[in-house]
Amino acid sequence: MESQSKNAVGAALEAAGVSRREFLGFCATLAAAYSLPGTAVDAIAAALEKAPRASVIWLSFQECTGCTESLTRSHSPTVEGLILEQVSLDYHHTLQAASGEAAEHAREEAMRAGSYLLVVDGSVPLGNPGFSTIAGVSNVDMLMETAKDAAAVIAVGTCAAYGGLPAALPNPTGAVSVSHLIKDKPVINVPGCPPIPVVITGVLAHFLTFGTLPELDHLGRPKVFYGESIHDRCYRRPFYDQGKFAETFDDEGARKGWCLYKLGCKGPVTYNACATTKWNDGVSFPIQSGHGCLGCSEPGFWDQGPFYKALSMPTASMQKAVGAAVGAGVAIGAAMAIRNKAAMTAAKAAHEPVRVEDLERKS
Amino acid sequence: MSALELLTWARGSGLALALGLCLFGIILRLFEILSLGRKTDLAPARTVTPGSGWRTLLSRSLPPPGMLSRAPLTYVGGYVFHIGIAIAVFFFVPHIELIRGLLGFGWRGLPNLFVDIASIAAILAMLAVLAGRLTDPVKRFLSGKGDWLAWGLTFLPLATGYAAFHHLAENYTLLLALHILSVELLLVVLPFSKLFHVVGLFLARWYNGEIAGRKGVAS
Repeated sequence: MESQSKNAVGAALEAAGVSRREFLGFCATLAAAYSLPGTAVDAIAAALEKAPRASVIWLSFQECTGCTESLTRSHSPTVEGLILEQVSLDYHHTLQAASGEAAEHAREEAMRAGSYLLVVDGSVPLGNPGFSTIAGVSNVDMLMETAKDAAAVIAVGTCAAYGGLPAALPNPTGAVSVSHLIKDKPVINVPGCPPIPVVITGVLAHFLTFGTLPELDHLGRPKVFYGESIHDRCYRRPFYDQGKFAETFDDEGARKGWCLYKLGCKGPVTYNACATTKWNDGVSFPIQSGHGCLGCSEPGFWDQGPFYKALSMPTASMQKAVGAAVGAGVAIGAAMAIRNKAAMTAAKAAHEPVRVEDLERKS
Repeated sequence: MSALELLTWARGSGLALALGLCLFGIILRLFEILSLGRKTDLAPARTVTPGSGWRTLLSRSLPPPGMLSRAPLTYVGGYVFHIGIAIAVFFFVPHIELIRGLLGFGWRGLPNLFVDIASIAAILAMLAVLAGRLTDPVKRFLSGKGDWLAWGLTFLPLATGYAAFHHLAENYTLLLALHILSVELLLVVLPFSKLFHVVGLFLARWYNGEIAGRKGVAS
């Protein structure tokens, strides 16, 4: 890494004390994630080392800062963390030292330089511009202005990707996702509440290495990280197939680590990398810790039925529907029966007996 | 509407609508059948055969002597697909959880492998009986739109359920939603089609058994 420009990622990593072995390990992980052959590791390493530090503008709108916390504080600095730090993070109002006009000036400077990546966390309120503003500028205006010349837009977290919790019914602020507003350039969704650190750094590394965006699924998520469901990659999956389930959070099944499907796990319909990359430097993930998946990387997960009911259970009580159906059925059925009875009685009354003479009578 | 939202609708409003229409239809049909009534049989019973109707409920499920060898596809295919469907519906854990969610009680399920085998057997048997119906000129002549509709509505939940379980398409969530919607379509049409036999056969067999018993042909 000696020959790299001081502004290159490789030089920055070296200065931060990342060993060659650690760096190549990260490159190998990326190559595996993108299903590239082993020979691609060197190419990724070379590209990353030479890559100029990409300018990144990070906008935070209606969010809880959990996404930033996830990326910066979930574990001690790793290569993933350093990759993130060594991009030129020109604007991030939680992390930057500058404030007020100086902060906004930094954003404008970065925009003037052009070819920057725009990262957004948080949803954008359309109900009233005053619901969320930065330096007196509404979120929607700041997003549209900053996105105009961005090379690509990355929506980090479920709020930015799909509206998230602010958009939960009844959506009081009229919150929408980034892709709802930006239609003229690619928006990469990196959902999760919060998203996994290596996923966001993986997307950045892909952009730095190949100069292109990763392949996305129908919801705009990188397929390499969101291509398979939690359920299919879950280490408890064999218990599901064997019919072994935890019935409560403290029964024998729970202690034995059996499947959490009956306790409301949404793993079967949730696409994310939690079960493979895990959290806190690969220590664990929610299911491993004994709690079912909430489905936080799926659109509108907050409004998709109770968290603690099995996925096949009804999301609401059926009592009203059943009561109305039985009531209507009995009322209309009884009315129909009375009508039929009356018709039969009338037919009986109108019946004219036929005698032998009638049959023999010649006309 | 995303696939997950479609699934949530199918588990909520869709299910309520389908269950409501199914119950409404069943009650209506029962009123219709029972209110038709029968004239009182003034003739004394030829033989006193208590329980003839109840026995007929079972005996009509068994092939008459010689019929199994004459029409093996009809009987074996019929048994396999009915039993296979029953296993898939009542012994797959997610289905039991649905019943628990509706009625408040459930039971132990079978391992997925058994349910999978039963489902595959049911699918193959249904395809075989369809082929038999299409190739046999007599069965084909006797088949009407209602028969094809009943076959299709029964096969659809099996096929979508199998596809969802085995992830035969990339979007599992959508497959699961389509599976539940196909079951809901079945529920809505059930009371107003030949599928009503799941309720009506008990009434019909009991009555036929009783009246035949009174006339001297006890089962």
